Formats: sequence, C-alpha cells, structure tokens
Amino acid sequence: MATALARIFKYGFQQIGRNGWLSVATIGVMILCLLVFHGLIISGVITRAAITSLQDKIDISVYFKSNALEDDMLQVAKALEELEEVKSVEYISQDKALTIFQEKHKEDGTITSAIKELGSNPLLASINIKAHNPNSYPDIASYLETGNIAPIIEKVTYSQNKLAIDRLARLVDTFEKGGLGATIFLALVAALVTFNTIRIAIYSNRDELSVMRLVGASNTFIKGPYIVAGIVYGVLAGTLSIILATPLLVAGAPYIHAFIPEMNLSAYMAGNWPILLGYQLLFGVALGGFSTAIAIRRYLRI
Amino acid sequence: MIAFHHVSKRYNGSDALQDVNFKLNPGEFVSIVGKSGAGKSTIIKLLLGEEKPTNGRIVVGSYEVHKLASIELPQLRRQIGTIFQDFKLLPTKTAFENIAFALEVDSRSEQEIQELVPQMLDMVGLADKRNNFPHELSGGEKQRVAIARAMIHRPAVVVADEPTGNLDEINTEEIIKLLHKINGLGTTVVLATHNRHVVNGLGKRVISLSDGRIIRDEEKGKYIIV
Repeated sequence: MATALARIFKYGFQQIGRNGWLSVATIGVMILCLLVFHGLIISGVITRAAITSLQDKIDISVYFKSNALEDDMLQVAKALEELEEVKSVEYISQDKALTIFQEKHKEDGTITSAIKELGSNPLLASINIKAHNPNSYPDIASYLETGNIAPIIEKVTYSQNKLAIDRLARLVDTFEKGGLGATIFLALVAALVTFNTIRIAIYSNRDELSVMRLVGASNTFIKGPYIVAGIVYGVLAGTLSIILATPLLVAGAPYIHAFIPEMNLSAYMAGNWPILLGYQLLFGVALGGFSTAIAIRRYLRI
Repeated sequence: MIAFHHVSKRYNGSDALQDVNFKLNPGEFVSIVGKSGAGKSTIIKLLLGEEKPTNGRIVVGSYEVHKLASIELPQLRRQIGTIFQDFKLLPTKTAFENIAFALEVDSRSEQEIQELVPQMLDMVGLADKRNNFPHELSGGEKQRVAIARAMIHRPAVVVADEPTGNLDEINTEEIIKLLHKINGLGTTVVLATHNRHVVNGLGKRVISLSDGRIIRDEEKGKYIIV
C-alpha cells in the first residue's frame, strides 16, 4: 500500500515535469480562474464596506416639542433601543444641540450674533436613530408617529427624507442580491473553464490511459498520479494567484480608500492573507482534484 | 489453458465473429491468420476483456473472461503479456520505466524491479537504451521494449496483435525470434497476423479466419486464405 502510494506520488510529479508545456498551460489557465475567484472575494469585501458606509449615512431624527420633559424623551430613547430593528440611538438635548450648532457655525459671525440676540435656545431636543437595515425606517417612523408618544413629537425627518432613504435602501438591496448572483455566476464560469482545461489535458493522454489499463494497472493506480498532478496544479496556481494579485490590490488600495474612506485594502490584505491564501488553495485544489477525477473516468472503461 | 466456446460478437448489426470454438493448451504457439476484418483483432480484444462477447464463453486459466467486471480486468491482464502493432508504449516514460511499469502495477518491490528490468533489457538487446524515451527509439527497438514489458512479469500467455505490422523484414525476423524464445521458455504465444512469410516460417499451429468464422485449424499449418 505504502509502495503503491509512493509510486502514485512519484508518477504525479513526474507527469508535471515531463508534460512541461501542458502543465504550464494548465497552471496558467487555473491562475486566471483563481484570479477571478480572488477578485470576487475582494470585490465582495469592498462592496460590503461600501454598503456599510452607505447604511451609516442613512438615519432618521425625531424632534421633540420644546415643552417635552427630558425624562419622557429619555424613555422614548430607551424604548427605541429595545427595538430589534434599531442599531443605535443618540439622544441630543436642547443644550447639546445648541453646542453642536455653535461649534458648526463658529466662523459665521452673523449666526453667532443672531443666537446671542435671541437670548434663548431655539433648537429642539432630538433623537438620532440608525437601523440595521434601511428597509426598517418606515416601521420605526410609523412607531414614532402613531404610538402613544406622538403628542410630544414635533416632527420625524423620515417623511422629508423618504425618497432618498428608499432609493438608498433599494441600492443596498440591489448590491447585495446582484453581488451574490454575479459571484455565483463568475465562480461557475471560472470552475467550468478550469474543468475544461484539465479535461483537454487528460484527453491528450487518453492513449496512455488505455495502455495502462491493458498492461493491468488498476483504476486507482492510473487515476492517482493524475489526481496528484491536479492537486499540485491547484496548489501552485493558488499560491501564484495570491502572489500576482496582492501587489495589484495594494497599488489600487489608495484609490479605493478615496472612494470608500472606511475601506483600507492594504490593511485588509495584511491582516487576512493567510485566510485569502487558504481560500485560493482550497478552491484550486478542489477544482484541480475533482476536475481530474471526473474528466479521467471516461477513459478508464477499457 | 485458453478456450473460446461458441463465441460470437456483433457490432451494430454486423457479425465480427460467428460461433468461434477453439482451445489452446499451455505452452502452445498459435498463429491466428486472416485478411483485414476477418476477426483476428476481435479475438485478441475478447481475450483481454476489452470487449464482451455477444454470445459464448471465454476462459483464460481460472478466469471466465466474459463474466469479469471492469474492476476485475486488471487481475486477468496481469496474467497476460500483450504486444501490439503500434507498440503502445507510454510516451512520457523511458524504456526502463515502460518495462518496470508492468511490475509496478503488480505491486512488485523496488529491489525486484532493479534486478529484473536490466536483465530483460539485456535479453532484448536494449541495455544501452534504458534511459531513452520511446520517441528516441526505432520501430524495432520500440517493439523490443514492448516485448520486454510483456514478458517481465513472466506471464503464462503472451498475446501479440500484428506485432510486425510496422516493421521492416530484419526487425520482423528479430521479433519472431524473440517470440520463439519466449515460447521456448514454456509461455503460450498467441500471434494474430496477416504476414504470410512469418506464419509459414514458424511451422506451428495456425487458426485461419474468414468473415468472423474459423475456416481451418491445423497443427502445423500454413497461411492459406482463399
């Protein structure tokens, strides 16, 4: 058993070396396919970061009437926090709203002096609400506008921003669903291209396979070296695809950062390269091994 | 012992073999002769389990070949040495590795391989070509490697399908001498050929085929096809 296994491995490596150009061509195609696969992983990461960034920009605010009691407002904030659709709640008192406003317009003398002249705080206390999913904003707005807290509420900004929020929600949905569809489709295309390349490589060896059968080799003894070669192709292609893709992604990182400030691709690559390499190796080895095992079957019927 | 009992084979409605019966005893040298399409290669394919008969039984030693499943065929084929017109060598293996392959599939040890293969290369006169790949060998040399591969595991039977078809007269003579030598060692040799001179020169048993039927079976036969 150990001898047979050693021979299978020996012939697997021998086959890679002695079919030099065929091996190079097969690995080349596998690298291209694995680059597509890697691209899909990275674009998924970037899309998720873009979606998160977009979602963070969507919120609604509820403004309370000037005579509303702070305890009531804090109770509303607490009740909102308990809703599972709600991601975060920030209570902004009248005083804090004024401080923020003054800070924001400290350069504008007209506004500063106008507030001083008023002698009182014209701003209303508010609660800023962020949801996990942009589709939840209508429910949150309806909860605020129709519940028993409605009497102390001056206005909810959802109705004003409804159009923009709805559009963003649709955009996020489209990105998520479309991204998944495109990923599955392109991964399938990459897998089929690799399978076909390996199939052609094995087809070119079909006479050799029939000779082995006629000499009395068992199917395992014939298939083994080809599967070993397929796995080695996968390992080499997986490793090389990461080596080729990383400098390109690092070079493109500043442009992506300019577009999505939350996305630092270089840091992501540095922190996740073992996992990314693992994915590539897993995909490459599975693709190489399974493609070989399936493609070789029809030539072992002699 | 090899036996064909009422064997027929049909391909897409046309008969390649019809009710073929013969028995070969251990140590015999038998030539199967006939024109192209007479059924010689079909007999070889049936013998090796490459094809299943439409009707009849085929026995090789303890194997009922017509009943063997695909997974059982390697066992049968390890008992038979095969030689073909187109040599059927493994192109990415050297002469040494091609011969060693027949031992490796039989799970022989590395030590045994290192001992037996050089002896066999010596016997077929290719000791100095051990590291050559098939494309670096002449037709006659390729066929001698094929014979060495067929003989290395000392099979009880050697089957040769038109082994001299691609060779010149000198190489043909050498290959036939080798087959004679193999037969002299007690191995049954089945030679399918349409080479009249080879058959007539052997003075051994001849089974003649025409249109898939045996028309003659003579102990010391000649190549006579009408």
